[in-house]
Amino acid sequence: MNWLSDEAIARLQSVSALPDLSGTRYRLIERVGSGGMGTVYAAEDSVLGRRVALKVLDLPDVRGELSGRLLREAHILARLEHPGIVPVHDAGTLADGRVFYAMKFVQGERLDALARRIPALPGRLRLFQRICEAVAFAHARGILHRDLKPENIMVGPFGEVLVMDWGVAKILREESETGRADSETPKQASSLLSAPLKTEHGTILGTPGYMAPEQARGEIESLDQRADVFSLGAILGFLVTGEKPVGANAVGQGTTEARMSAATSVSINTAVTAPKMLAAIASKATAQEPSRRYASASDLAQDVARYLDSLPVTAYSESMLEKALRWVRRYRVAIGLVLAYLLVRAWLLLWLKR
Amino acid sequence: MTEDTKIGGASGKFPATRWSAVLAARSEDPEERTRALEAIAAAYWKPVYKYLRVRWGKSNEDAKDLTQDFFAKLFEKSYLDGFDPQKARLRTFLRICADRFASNDAKAGRRLKRGGGAPHMPLDFDTAETELERARPAPQVAATEESAEDFIEKEFIRSLFAASVEELRSFCESRGKQVHFRLFEIYDLENDGARPPSYADLAKEFDIAATDVTNYLSATRREFRRIALEKLREMTVTEEEFRREARALLGVEAE
Repeated sequence: MNWLSDEAIARLQSVSALPDLSGTRYRLIERVGSGGMGTVYAAEDSVLGRRVALKVLDLPDVRGELSGRLLREAHILARLEHPGIVPVHDAGTLADGRVFYAMKFVQGERLDALARRIPALPGRLRLFQRICEAVAFAHARGILHRDLKPENIMVGPFGEVLVMDWGVAKILREESETGRADSETPKQASSLLSAPLKTEHGTILGTPGYMAPEQARGEIESLDQRADVFSLGAILGFLVTGEKPVGANAVGQGTTEARMSAATSVSINTAVTAPKMLAAIASKATAQEPSRRYASASDLAQDVARYLDSLPVTAYSESMLEKALRWVRRYRVAIGLVLAYLLVRAWLLLWLKR
Repeated sequence: MTEDTKIGGASGKFPATRWSAVLAARSEDPEERTRALEAIAAAYWKPVYKYLRVRWGKSNEDAKDLTQDFFAKLFEKSYLDGFDPQKARLRTFLRICADRFASNDAKAGRRLKRGGGAPHMPLDFDTAETELERARPAPQVAATEESAEDFIEKEFIRSLFAASVEELRSFCESRGKQVHFRLFEIYDLENDGARPPSYADLAKEFDIAATDVTNYLSATRREFRRIALEKLREMTVTEEEFRREARALLGVEAE
């Protein structure tokens, strides 16, 4: 038997891990990153001459559970045609038995890395609005993301936002209920989508610090779009303060109790880092009781828009002084012009009297 | 994909049912049990031998005897009945058993007597010894759990890959695919520290088209991967354990 050197073993590991793209239209370029279920590779679509990203299961899947999840994710993405959601191009099984899907190759940076380099708060809040819009679109299509966090959001070079990783998404309702004709969804895709992700009641999917308390308790059946609103609130807190929520580093680990303790309302140190209104918006979005949160991602985005426009927000009751200050802030240009006019006029009067 | 490149089974998929040596080692059927224990010994005797040599500083003669005794006891005493895949990896379990075994041996100041239920398989200690000598840098195990675990894992992967290469060789020879295997050998096994030859050079050397080199290599690698993962499956019990081990084997741990 031949002796295998360390170098030979490393080569064998590498060639064995790479997806076998023979017989496909894709040519491998490089590995981009690995997640819990599979690895993402950059590849060239030789037919269309463009770069794509391939998400490939690391292993053939005897029980079909992971394959089903990956294909289900591909079908969910196919259903969500929106500029803020990464588009899927193709899906199938490779010659080595591994399931894959091809999606747009996203050039950009993860929000968690990028956010700290955007100095102006309004710039970060506008990114947040785009995230909310994409999530609201998915909700309108009857799909819940369930794992929203800065690591799952890519920001392109022109500020375009893409919500990624829909692997644990929940189908809230079928397309026909959202006004789309059943005939638009092929039978196979329809059956895959209607097959529930194997998440029995009590199963915990999500990321501590970003997942809602009801999600952390494993109340799969009762989850609705307000669970994603909670995650959006936690993301807002991160974008405002630059600090991740408590427990956010324990990704995918820990006991139910640990996850539960991490799923608390986002508390922002307003004295130091953020205006009270934003703190109130984040706090409302991450309320323990779903009924006390924003009813939808759109409502949350609208409150943030109101804050940016110096309008009153639904999450915060202002004092008279705060109202006056906000009014001054909103009309600061006009007020400045009037004041400048009055000053010039006063100066002219004084000068003429001399 | 042309027919010529299909050297494996259909799509390299696994059968729905599989044989776990760890489970079979607890079988009531003595034949099944022996077959399972021999499979485990085949995968682990070399890592254990090298571990005893490097970690415990045993002489090659002592390490040989200890390794044989260790697997004999493993057969006789049903050590594996105490293995719980939920709590530890098989190699960790075996390493801890080997540590206790070596420690007891050192305390007793004598080698344990070899039992009657020893595996009926040749253990090529000379090859294992040569491998230790050839390793650069010389293998070392620090006095930490982590270092010991890394050593056993690395040697287990080496042992499993080496067995897979041998099976792949037989597989290719039995199907008249010697060129496939030779290309795999040149490209993936032999070119340490050097740039691999170009596909054009290999095509010229073997008098085939350059696209055939790509296809042959791709098919042979696929077969290697299938064999290696099947061997790994035998060493695991649950699907979750297999996935975890396979990701470690292929170096694709989640980031």
